[in-house]
Amino acid sequence: MKKLLILIFCLLPTFSHAGEAKDMAADPVLEKRMIGLAENLRCLVCQNESLASSHAELAEDLRREVREQMAQGKNDQEIMDYLVARYGDFVLYKPPVKSYTVLLWFGPFALLLVGAGVLVFQLRKRRKTVQETVLTPEAQQRAASLLNEEDNK
Amino acid sequence: MMRFILPLVVFLVLAAFLFVGLRLDPHEVPSPLIDKPAPAFNLPQLHNPGKNFSPEEMKGKVWLLNAWSSWCVSCKEEHPVLMDLAQQNIVPIYGLDYKDKREDALMQLARGGDPYVLSVMDREGRTGIDYGVYGVPETYVIDKQGIIRYKQIGLVTPQNLREIILPLVAELQKK
Repeated sequence: MKKLLILIFCLLPTFSHAGEAKDMAADPVLEKRMIGLAENLRCLVCQNESLASSHAELAEDLRREVREQMAQGKNDQEIMDYLVARYGDFVLYKPPVKSYTVLLWFGPFALLLVGAGVLVFQLRKRRKTVQETVLTPEAQQRAASLLNEEDNK
Repeated sequence: MMRFILPLVVFLVLAAFLFVGLRLDPHEVPSPLIDKPAPAFNLPQLHNPGKNFSPEEMKGKVWLLNAWSSWCVSCKEEHPVLMDLAQQNIVPIYGLDYKDKREDALMQLARGGDPYVLSVMDREGRTGIDYGVYGVPETYVIDKQGIIRYKQIGLVTPQNLREIILPLVAELQKK
């Protein structure tokens, strides 16, 4: 009985399979193009999934829409514009550079510059406070012997 | 002293940002359709499939378009609020029955009451896409010129009705 159960559980994964190709277009070239475009678009329902991989019903509908518009001969930009007009820039994984996305795009570089500036400033300040000490010949000898001792251990 | 103040200031600024971030809802995607003309459609009516309805007919009136569905659980939560609003006769509510089966939708309204002047059937969800619907319920406030003035994502509640929707409706009706 136990063995049978184990066998059944082992077989379970074979019954489950991803339904990725659930709604394939008749034209595989077009389907590939659709998937390529949909990978750069965000699914509105499960927001961290692309339109290509999402199983949400809305994603399926939107894939259908993209497919149909491609079949009508629209180019990728036109289709993206169509979706942006309805769902906003949020559907694009790569947000466009606009007045309100400047901080998003260039903020990290600005922070990096600020960080580098602070570092340079601090290093300069340090150089001023820590005077270079000149050793007398005796002190130098003592230092050398101490270091040698350290090496010989 | 400066050694302690600077990290403290940095910490406080960071904490303030994170605190504000906690209160933002990433599911509320601002609609690009605000202040744009409501997308046209011409869909069969739920109770009277032989007849169509188009937003064109609503020119000159302020109205609400509420996307709902019989399979939508939150719509059931929203339903009494809409029923209450409909009884007050302040603003007509039209329903966009989104990706629903006609029988199910009719049964739903027969059971819980019908707050809508009428509902239209968006069987394949294409009109929903035109309106940027990504999860029912969603409610649009449309003005006399047919311009979308506000979109409520998620439930219409007594609170957002009182604080946002009804004041806006009153203002738009005056124009």
